[in-house]
Amino acid sequence: MAKPTKQQTEPQHNPSINLKGTLIAVMLLGVFILATWFGCYYLFLSR
Amino acid sequence: MMNPLKIAKKDARLYMSFMYVTFAALLVGGLMGLLQTLARSGKFTLPFGINYYTILTVHGVILGLVLTTFFIIGFQFALMGKTVGISDKQRKTGWWSFWLMLAGTVMAAITILVGQANVLYTFYAPLRAHPAFYIGLALVIVGSWVAVFTNFHQLYVWKKANKGQKSPLLAFMVVINMAMWFIASLGVAASVLIQFIPWSLGYAETINVLLSRTLFWYFGHPLVYFWLLPAYMAWYAIIPKIIGGKLFSDSLARMSFILLLMFSIPVGFHHQLTEPGIDPTWKFIQVVLTFMVVIPTLMTAFSIFATFETTGRRKGHKGLFGWFKHLPWKDVRFLAPFIGMVAFIPGGAGGIVNASHQMNSLIHNTIWVTGHFHLTVATTVILTYFGIAYWLVPHLTGRRLTPRLNKLGIIQAIIWTVGMTIMSTAMHIQGLLGGPRRSNFSNYAGGEQVQTWIGYQAAQAIGGTILFIGIVLMVYIFIQLAFFAPKGVEEFPIAEEEVDAEPTPKVLENWYLWIGITIALILFAYTIPVFDILKHSPPGSVPFDWPIGRQ
Amino acid sequence: MHLHKFEKIWLVFGMGSLALFLVIIGFAAFWKGTHPQSHIEIIDPENVEAHESFKPENLGLREVAEGKYIVNIVASAFNYDFGTDTDGKPVKKIRVPKGSTVLFQITTKDVVHGFQVAGTNVNMMVEPGHVSRLETEMKNVGEFTVVCNEYCGIGHHQMFATVEVYE
Repeated sequence: MAKPTKQQTEPQHNPSINLKGTLIAVMLLGVFILATWFGCYYLFLSR
Repeated sequence: MMNPLKIAKKDARLYMSFMYVTFAALLVGGLMGLLQTLARSGKFTLPFGINYYTILTVHGVILGLVLTTFFIIGFQFALMGKTVGISDKQRKTGWWSFWLMLAGTVMAAITILVGQANVLYTFYAPLRAHPAFYIGLALVIVGSWVAVFTNFHQLYVWKKANKGQKSPLLAFMVVINMAMWFIASLGVAASVLIQFIPWSLGYAETINVLLSRTLFWYFGHPLVYFWLLPAYMAWYAIIPKIIGGKLFSDSLARMSFILLLMFSIPVGFHHQLTEPGIDPTWKFIQVVLTFMVVIPTLMTAFSIFATFETTGRRKGHKGLFGWFKHLPWKDVRFLAPFIGMVAFIPGGAGGIVNASHQMNSLIHNTIWVTGHFHLTVATTVILTYFGIAYWLVPHLTGRRLTPRLNKLGIIQAIIWTVGMTIMSTAMHIQGLLGGPRRSNFSNYAGGEQVQTWIGYQAAQAIGGTILFIGIVLMVYIFIQLAFFAPKGVEEFPIAEEEVDAEPTPKVLENWYLWIGITIALILFAYTIPVFDILKHSPPGSVPFDWPIGRQ
Repeated sequence: MHLHKFEKIWLVFGMGSLALFLVIIGFAAFWKGTHPQSHIEIIDPENVEAHESFKPENLGLREVAEGKYIVNIVASAFNYDFGTDTDGKPVKKIRVPKGSTVLFQITTKDVVHGFQVAGTNVNMMVEPGHVSRLETEMKNVGEFTVVCNEYCGIGHHQMFATVEVYE
């Protein structure tokens, strides 16, 4: 896991921002896309 | 950012006119959807000898073309009026666009209802509809063009009055969407004016079927982005305000809209992957371009979550997902679009599968595709439109979204979610099992395989019934907001930038550059294959009236 | 334009996934030859019999080599013409052994039709003036319904046939 303190030192025009939750959320979304696609591809190959 | 303007009563009347047609279309088109799912369950027969394919055509045309186009143009006019203003002259052309579109709609609708145009909304040459159907649709498109140029003119006038300033984000987005719509609808207009109308009137003996399909799908895919972009406008620039936050990034929002403009159009072949007359290499090139259009959506997904998280953290919500728990779940202006966003996850993932070249044969023309776009347009897009209507309609009519109507809205969103989950899931599964779309109930050869489909068709009828209840409730809420809700002031929420936001690069407003690239991409993707289609064209097709029940 | 570090990670991941999909389907299409059907062969829709494959006597199933078959079909509203059997009755069902390679060739005399052997990857648009063609290995045993999956008129849902794959 990234260290939250590192966030502060990063050059940011936008103040704050801890976006760890966002990263996890979009990554879950990405995994869902991969799973759907490979699931369908497997079905395609098996037919 | 400039201060938003006030919407005058006479302007509000124009914007509301589009809304009345939208919700009337919702009721009519929704009823047709209900009848379809009931008929296809095999448990009901349609009364009065109504043809299944007539209601299928009505459903597609009324919801896919009429509801969407009217809502979008009305909403976009309101956005323009709010951000850059509207002159008396522009309002007048706005009314022209409304009446042209309405006249065209009525003309096409009557032709369909009397059974003279059972050709579905994707036309299906060489099935021939009555010329009034094509002429009506042409009027709808011409009317929309009047709106396109009115919107362009609105921004142009504002730019001249505010030299050197960047355009308001929402006005920029509207102009992008209208630019895309105009460029794309040239294809279908060419097909209707040059191919279909002369042929349906008997002046041309035959029609080039493949060319007509190619021109249609050149328009048909950007059409779905034309529906989606107003939802993105709300997600980027309105939802942040509703949840009490700020714009995540003005530049990124503009960048993603520019990418959507560039990559929405040169991708129509992914609807034609299993057609025999197109070179597979060109199909694959358009598949690659189709995948490019996913990128701005990936950016959008990040931007939405980031807006939520930033807003929540600023309010002091702790933990990895504390911000998520504290989103305004009880505000229907947020909840309905949020459900729409969630639906776009399976919707988008399914879309990538659909566009995957040879893998398309897994699902092409199966009811999976119907399930797919009932997630994307009939959930993501429509729930966001509903979410907009909850504040836009009372704002325009000088009324308020009362707590009671808000609660009804939440119930509506939940009914929709339940109904659509049942219907769309059943459609996806039945599609993978090979069940076709656009088909009346049938036992086919009566084999075991067909038996596995029937249960899913029953589930679709259940889901469709629940959805229709949701539609009736939505129309009730609309009527309340338009005519009966207590007088008051409802906010027109527009998110602001952070005080210290990074300045937006000027290049993002270089219209010549972006439209130039868009046209270059279209020429690249279409010139050679269309030339091939013309060079290798078979003898044209004469019109067929009887297979669709026309005398 | 400033991108948050996490957004960069996400975009690299997302675009990487898309690129991976494209590499897989591109490899399969260009190196293994599994493009969707696209033969760009044209035909006169009002005279399909002029084409060798669609002469009435050549319609239906034919074994051309050990385990290799060709099926010729003419579609029209609302029927698939697989030719006639020895009694002169129209063929509505064809049978092939598992593992055989079957080349489906189909065209239409009138409007646009679909040809899907439901539950397999045989899924083609059939358009007037064009020949649709797809070769496939029948991997799985079963009775597969052929459905017209592209709207062709009031009898669209009554247009079907059967392909049986036996052990």
